[in-house]
Amino acid sequence: MNTFKKISVGTIWLWFCIFAIIPIIIMAITSVLTPDTNSLVSFKFTLSNYTQILNNTYLKILLQSFYLAGSCTLICLILSYPFAFIIARSQSKYKSLLLLLVIIPFWTSSLIRTYAIMAILKAKGIINVILLAMGIIHHPLQLLYSYSAVLIGCVYDFLPFMILPLYANIEKLNPEYIEAAQDLGANKFTTFVKIIIPLTMPGIIAGSVLVFLPAMTMFYIPVLLGGAKNILLGNLIENQFLTSNNWPAGAAISVFLTMIMCAMVFIYWRSSKNKNGKFENE
Amino acid sequence: MNRIAKHIYPSFIYLFFYLPITVVIVLSFNQAERSLIWKGFTFDWYTDLFNDFDLLNVALHSLEIGLLAATVATILGTIASVSLFRYKFFGKKILNGLIFALIVLPEIVMGISLLLLYTIIKLPLGFWTLLLAHITLCVPFVTVTIYSRIVTVNKDIFEAARDLGATDFSIFIKIIIPLLFPALLAGWLLSFTLSLDDVITSYFVTGPNFEILPLKIYSMVKLGVKPEINALCTILLGVTLLLITMAQLALRKKQ
Repeated sequence: MNTFKKISVGTIWLWFCIFAIIPIIIMAITSVLTPDTNSLVSFKFTLSNYTQILNNTYLKILLQSFYLAGSCTLICLILSYPFAFIIARSQSKYKSLLLLLVIIPFWTSSLIRTYAIMAILKAKGIINVILLAMGIIHHPLQLLYSYSAVLIGCVYDFLPFMILPLYANIEKLNPEYIEAAQDLGANKFTTFVKIIIPLTMPGIIAGSVLVFLPAMTMFYIPVLLGGAKNILLGNLIENQFLTSNNWPAGAAISVFLTMIMCAMVFIYWRSSKNKNGKFENE
Repeated sequence: MNRIAKHIYPSFIYLFFYLPITVVIVLSFNQAERSLIWKGFTFDWYTDLFNDFDLLNVALHSLEIGLLAATVATILGTIASVSLFRYKFFGKKILNGLIFALIVLPEIVMGISLLLLYTIIKLPLGFWTLLLAHITLCVPFVTVTIYSRIVTVNKDIFEAARDLGATDFSIFIKIIIPLLFPALLAGWLLSFTLSLDDVITSYFVTGPNFEILPLKIYSMVKLGVKPEINALCTILLGVTLLLITMAQLALRKKQ
């Protein structure tokens, strides 16, 4: 066996073991230890950090986060699908530029983009200025620091994360399947529901995972746009770690999040496997 | 009707993407301190920024971390993608899955799990903890970027080189790196952007002695909006725009 291979594979494994696998194991262990005010944790096994997720305050936050992340994912999906479809099927010579214009916000700091949404929504922000100038309203609307503001911020921040996987998936879609369906007498609606949606399901799921997970954990969006009224899982973890110093509780919520992630990734893996197999073999 | 919808709908989405950003950029040149009303063009907020030594120091920290993290992450990502492409080894599927999982993993989970690790090994929070975290954050993205390019390489080239007596190391240096250079460059640029913009992971793994730009912006925005923030955000937006466009060009060239 050659040394180069050994060194390469060894370095990568070593890095990921130290900085990814071991930290996550430590997190899992911390989540079953007893919180201690003096030394952060005491080494006594307990499941109370998990059972406490189910008590009222936590459960409310959990449901709120699910609701917000779910609405955000749904809105992103509805907005993105036609958009990704139009861009992916476009014959325009500017197609790569059109795509670049989505890739740029994908990589741009979401903090800065959240701040930009603040500039739009605040009392002296552009929406109020325009509405006042047009005489539609007489007093500035309170747009910022509300649930809607948080939702708008999340949609704005995560929309590219939905568009790009959808785009990649729709672009690979073989137009022959659509033609075949139509030749066999399917109308546009049937073609869409029975052919296009199932074939782009991996893209839909990938986009949903990429939007749903961060939407639950972006602690600065609720802080900046919701005025701390709308607390999410991300804020809860941040609080447990940096304010109330209850590390085991924070770790338990993080483990819970990681498990949701694993479940979603598993669903994605299954769907992309099935879809590829099904149509290629037939 | 359909044709019109095909133009109007995407324009609406692009407007949604770029209007808020444009407002920030325009405000950064507006003389008016607190209102949106245009009171004339000014560079004042930018001069303020460049006279703020504290802020310049913070920017320097970000630059330092970004350059180092991007470079190390590119090296590790290259090795990872080459290994995944060329070799069969123990745990290859797991490594593949792990890289994918790390991209999807909520950043807050990475942040706190690293915080726990650093606490246990008693590494004081600051430069090193931040750098190691950023490298870990970037490696999966570099690996995926390079891997998407490496799969287009014909494996016969490696066979030919080996038949002619090249070792794996010289194949790596003389064939893989030059061949994949655009992808390496793209990976580096993406990592740099990622590191420069990261808020969540950094929030947990840096100490009070080592502040970086995104966290500085976060605390500035939380405390209240000053016009300098618009200027600072505009500069960062410009840098990101430049880096991402370069990365995309590098990835596109040979297709």
